Amino acid sequence: MVERLEHEVEAGSVPADGDAVQARLIEILAEVAATARAPIDLSGEPAVLLMVGVNGTGKTTTIGKVAWHLSKEFGLSVVLAAGDTYRAAAAEQLAEWADRAGAELVRSEEGADPGAVAYDAIEAARARGADVVIVDTAGRLHTQSNLMDELAKVRRVIAKQLPGAPHETLLSIDATTGQNGLRQAKVFAEAAAVDGVVLTKLDGTAKGGIVLAIADDLGIPVKLIGTGETLEDLRPFDPTDFANALLSP
Amino acid sequence: MFDQLSDRLQATLSDVRSRGKLSESDVDAAMREIRLALLEADVNFKVVKSFTATLKERCLGADVLGSLDPGQQVIKIVNEELTGLMGGTGSELAFASSGPTVILMAGLQGSGKTTACAKLARFLRESGKKDVALAACDVYRPAAVEQLVTVGGRVGAHVYEKGTDADPVEIAAWALDRAKEERRDVLIVDTAGRLHVDQDLMGELARIRKRIKPHDVLLVVDAMTGQDAVGVAESFAEAAEFDGVVMSKLDGDARGGAALSVKAVTGKPILFASTGEKLGAFDRFHPDRMASRILGMGDVLSLIEKAEQQIDEKQALDLEQKLKKNQFTLEDMLQQMRQVRKMGPISGILGMLPGMGAMKQLKNADVDEGQLDRVEAIILSMTPEERANPALIKGSRRKRIANGSGTKVQHVNQLVKQFDQMRKMMRHVASGKMPDPQQLAQMTGGAPRPKVRRR
Repeated sequence: MVERLEHEVEAGSVPADGDAVQARLIEILAEVAATARAPIDLSGEPAVLLMVGVNGTGKTTTIGKVAWHLSKEFGLSVVLAAGDTYRAAAAEQLAEWADRAGAELVRSEEGADPGAVAYDAIEAARARGADVVIVDTAGRLHTQSNLMDELAKVRRVIAKQLPGAPHETLLSIDATTGQNGLRQAKVFAEAAAVDGVVLTKLDGTAKGGIVLAIADDLGIPVKLIGTGETLEDLRPFDPTDFANALLSP
Repeated sequence: MFDQLSDRLQATLSDVRSRGKLSESDVDAAMREIRLALLEADVNFKVVKSFTATLKERCLGADVLGSLDPGQQVIKIVNEELTGLMGGTGSELAFASSGPTVILMAGLQGSGKTTACAKLARFLRESGKKDVALAACDVYRPAAVEQLVTVGGRVGAHVYEKGTDADPVEIAAWALDRAKEERRDVLIVDTAGRLHVDQDLMGELARIRKRIKPHDVLLVVDAMTGQDAVGVAESFAEAAEFDGVVMSKLDGDARGGAALSVKAVTGKPILFASTGEKLGAFDRFHPDRMASRILGMGDVLSLIEKAEQQIDEKQALDLEQKLKKNQFTLEDMLQQMRQVRKMGPISGILGMLPGMGAMKQLKNADVDEGQLDRVEAIILSMTPEERANPALIKGSRRKRIANGSGTKVQHVNQLVKQFDQMRKMMRHVASGKMPDPQQLAQMTGGAPRPKVRRR
């Protein structure tokens, strides 16, 4: 990117003064950030969203927010699948969010097969004519290949049950994550065919610049951003705002 | 991802060797590589800047310029400096002289506090603190209390909780009173994750700290944190005056430069490293290993430690004596082989050696564990006399040994022959002569060589 900017300045298409260069840089950053942009696909009946990511990046919280937006703003009926059967009290956490968002919850006991939970949730959604199913998964480090295989299996179970599903696989990336974020996105994309990134915890001082590398290298766009702990704190991603924020001190 | 820094430095400085001298511009080139490697590892850019400045000064010193292998020298200096920056050694938790030791845990959301609480409880219980209790002060995140109760139960720690309606400061104070009454050895206080820019919550953390006067405040930092780690650490240092750091999620492939930044900026040591999903995956932090990791130099130290765990010092000395007197027997060979194999599969051991991961031919190296099994079986089928004196092994004994170990006579022959050659070669080495290259070549054909401790 810097190279491109340098070229343009040298070629004279961008005047060589600070403000102009910065403005052009923001344009370029926004352009990269906007790579492969697409809306979240809710066309399925029911539409199935699969949420994946490393431990502690905010998957469950994001699901709560998405469910709330879908049900309160779009009037859709939402079923949540408590697919994190590993971490202690993960299902209770999701239950609380389901309650707040007015969504239904399908859960199983701890240690159950996450694929089975997803299956049950989609069955339940079909039976009740629900619009959207959001499947939570346990946080996993992308270096643990057995857990990544498990994720691929969950995805296969869903795809087998409902052709075309999951319609949207979202990867949560913590904005404070450094260079490792690119690695995470790459491995998760291989295992679970990630459609988009949810950039969480942007209400801190971290700017999440690594998503630029993710968009540029892997062609996976940011779709949503998380900016706080309440249900409303979820917004669509705006490349220009993001680029501006990146360069602000 | 990123090429191993050591390899890249070697490449950068390799032509220097032919000229035999290192110029300032060579060092500058090396510094550039190091700067990139550190940034790639998420070390804060300000820290990188001052670090490379110090480094350059040392690298221009005489010991590097005159050395035969400046690349290695530079790596050595970088490693030393990094280790030093991360706190050297000797940092410990402070324990109370009487009454419960109080440990307050703090950190951003999702950094792994609750898990670290349980792991720390388990760690302390295993290192002699019998009665460890936890206090559930995260009243914000849904089901955080339930999570602590569950994981606390798993590690055998009592959990003080008051649900989510009480004020965290009050819960902490109440839990401390109970811990005193019930004569617990340690009380670990879990708190809600909070952003360092959230004034209200940071204020609350400061109030908890004031109220319960913890002996240790630990900041939990995600190893994958990027440049932001410094700002986070500074804010937490101000509000909670933390004493040490727990690095979490170190089992990933993040280089963990955040560790370096936090230590460099706040001066607080990293005390613990959390390295896996299991509650036992938690240990003291080793700055030297982290330095190697940041540099991408492989984990030689873990390998050495593994070897030390498995290899008995006295046995090694005995062996050395035997080698000198040329009394090395098949029995000794068996012992040696077993010690090496106790460290895990040979391919795994190779993986820990620096640079090995990058070597393609080794990646698919098929180390024949079956052959090692066969050698073991053959030796085990021998009588003690035969093991001490393989010359005894003639026709009928060979047959018996082959039958006993489920192998063929030629396998027994092969082993005896190889052992013989090995002994000859060792005699040469012990007497100070260089082994005959031809003998060495013959040996590589089959039986594993015993691991000889060099001194």
